[in-house]
Amino acid sequence: MSHTEGPSPLTAPPLSHPRPDLPPIKTLERRRGKRSMRTYDGSDRGIVSTAEWRSPRVRLGLSTAHAVLLVGLVVVGLGPMLWLAKAAITPTVDTLRSPLALWPHGVKFSNLSAAWNDVHLSLYFWNTVVIAAGSWVVQMIVATTGGYVLSVLRPRYASALNALVLATLFVPAVVLLVPLYLTILDTPLIHRNLINTYWAVWLPAGANAFNVVLVKRFFDNLPREIFEAARMDGAGPFRLFWSIVLPLSRPILGVVSVFAVIAAWKDFLWPLLVLTDPALQPLSVRLPTLAASTELGVFLAALFISTAFPIVLFLAFQRVFLRSAGLGGAVKG
Amino acid sequence: MSTIPQSKPQSQSQSQSQSSSPPLTPRPRRRSPVTWVRGGGLSTLVFLLPLLLAFGTFSWYPIGRAVVMSVQQTNLVTAPVFVGLDNFRDVLSDPLLWTAVRNTAWFALLALVIGYPLPLALAVLMSEARRLKGFFSALAYLPVVVPPVVAVLLWKFFYDASETGIFNDILGHVGLGPFPWLQSATTAMPSLVLEATWAGAGGTVIIYLAALTGVSPELYDAAEVDGAGLWRKVWNVALPQLRGIMLVTLILQVIGTAQVFLEPYLFTGGGPANSTLTVLLLIYNYAFANSSGGDYGAATALSLMLAVTLALLSALYLRLTRSWSTS
Repeated sequence: MSHTEGPSPLTAPPLSHPRPDLPPIKTLERRRGKRSMRTYDGSDRGIVSTAEWRSPRVRLGLSTAHAVLLVGLVVVGLGPMLWLAKAAITPTVDTLRSPLALWPHGVKFSNLSAAWNDVHLSLYFWNTVVIAAGSWVVQMIVATTGGYVLSVLRPRYASALNALVLATLFVPAVVLLVPLYLTILDTPLIHRNLINTYWAVWLPAGANAFNVVLVKRFFDNLPREIFEAARMDGAGPFRLFWSIVLPLSRPILGVVSVFAVIAAWKDFLWPLLVLTDPALQPLSVRLPTLAASTELGVFLAALFISTAFPIVLFLAFQRVFLRSAGLGGAVKG
Repeated sequence: MSTIPQSKPQSQSQSQSQSSSPPLTPRPRRRSPVTWVRGGGLSTLVFLLPLLLAFGTFSWYPIGRAVVMSVQQTNLVTAPVFVGLDNFRDVLSDPLLWTAVRNTAWFALLALVIGYPLPLALAVLMSEARRLKGFFSALAYLPVVVPPVVAVLLWKFFYDASETGIFNDILGHVGLGPFPWLQSATTAMPSLVLEATWAGAGGTVIIYLAALTGVSPELYDAAEVDGAGLWRKVWNVALPQLRGIMLVTLILQVIGTAQVFLEPYLFTGGGPANSTLTVLLLIYNYAFANSSGGDYGAATALSLMLAVTLALLSALYLRLTRSWSTS
C-alpha cells in the first residue's frame, strides 16, 4: 500500500493552492471587486450612470437619500444594541425611571459581574458553546461525507438519494416537531431516551439538507482532473476525501460553519423541548425564565452578554456572514 | 488478500454466460458482494453512513411517523390506537383553530405589507452607495445576528405600555401615544410584526443586494440609449431582473410567517384574549402545554394540514406566476 502515501507531483500542487471557489461566491466577489473600480472606468456600473452622477440634481438627491438611510440604519439597526450596552451598566432605578437618559446617576459595572456569576450566566453560556460546537461537528461530518458521495463517488443510487435529501427541504419544520420529539424519547437503533442529553440537540442538527446541497454544489464545481490524477496515483476514496477534497473546500466549509454556529446559538424551541434540566439549558432557553426572577439591570446585562458573542463573531467574519446570507438566496432560488 | 482467488472463478463464469461482453470489465453487469467491495462500494457506504443515519433517524423516519401518528391516538403509555380521521375532525371542530388561522393569516398579511417591500427598497438604495455599501450591509444585517430570544425580550421592554416605556417616551416627543402595544388585542399583533420585521429584514436585504450585483450593466446602458431616466431604470430594468428572487423571498416569507412561534410565545403567550394565538402555538399547546399528557395525534394532524396548505399555496403561486417569472 506504500504507493498511496508518498508525495506525488500530481497531487501536491492543488494542496498548496486550495483556492477554487463556488461559482456564486466567485462571481459575487469578482463583481464586488470590479465595482470598486467603477469610478475609474464606466464599463461596470450600477443603475445610476456616470453621466447622471455628474448631474447636480441627481447627486444631491442620492446623497440626501443615502444620508437619511445612514441615520435610519444607525438608529434602527444599531440603536437597540447601543441602548442595551448602555442599560447593561446602568443602575436598575435609572433604567426604569428615565430609560433614555445617558447615565443620570452614574455607571454600575457590577450588573455584568452579577449576571455572569450570581445568575449563573457563565454556566448557560458554556452550555450554549457546547451545543454549538457539537452541532457544528455533526453538521460538518454529515454535509462533507454526504456531499462527497453525492458529488464525487457518485454510486448508481446517487440521484435517487439526492432527491430524497432535497425532498426534505420542502417539508416545513413544523411537521417534524412532534414526531422528532417522540423519536428523541425512544431513538431507533440505540433504543435510548436522549432527553436531557446534548445528543438530542446535536444529532438532529445533522439532518440539514441545506448544508448537504451547499457542499454538494461546491464539490460539483471542483475540477474533475485533480480527482482523476489522484486516483491514477493510487489514492483511495479516503485519501482523496481527506487530502484533496477537504483542503480544496475551505470557503464552503467556512460558510457551513457560520450557518451551523449561528443556528445553534439562535435555536429556542427545540432545546426548550429536549433539555428540561436547567443546568443543561443554553442561553436562549434560560433568558425568558430569568426575566421574571432577576433584577432588571442584571437581566439587561445578561441579554447584553448573550448578544455580545454572536455580534463579535459577525464583526470578525463579516465577509463570510454576508456572503453566506447572499448565498442563502442563491441556493434557495 | 483472500478475496482475489474467490473473485476469479466468478468473473470467469460471468464472462462465459455473457459471451458478448469482454471479460474483466471494470463494472460487470451482475455484481457479487466481492466485486462490489473491490469496486469501492463498501467505502462509498462508509462515507454515506453519517448521512443515512442522520436523515434516516431524524428526518425521513419522523416525517413518515407524522403521517402515521395523525391517524392514531397516542399517549406514550398504552399502545397507539388507529382512530381514522378522528384527529382531523377534532382539530377542525376546535373553535380555537379558526382563531389561530385568522391570527396567523393576519400576521402573514401584516408582515407582507410592512416587511416585503422594505428590504427591496433598502437594497436598491444601498446598491447605489459607492463607498458606504459595505457599511450599510453590515448595519442592515446586524439585527439578524442578534439571537431572536434576546431581540424579543429586549423589545418586550421597549414595548412597555406605561408613559415611561421607551417607545411611548420617544413617540410622546412628537405628540403620539401612549400606545398599549402588547397589552391590547388590536395592537398586539402589529407590535409582533414590527419586531419580526426588524429582526428579519436584513437577511432579505443582503439577498437582494447580491441579486442586484448580478444584473448585467449592459441592460442599463441599453435603457439609457432608449432615453430611460433613473426611475424607469429601477422600475423597468432592475426590478424585472429581480422577479425570480422576489418570488422566492415571497414564498419563503409566507412559509416562514405561517410557522411563526417565537414572537407570540415569548411576547404574549397567545394573549390578550387569544389575539396572538397562532397555528404553531396551538400545535405546541396541543402537544406540550397540556399537563394531563400531550394530544400528539391532534398536534400532528394540524401540522400536516398546515404543511399541505403551505405546499399547495406555493405550488399554486408558482403556477400562477410562472408566465412572468421565467420571462
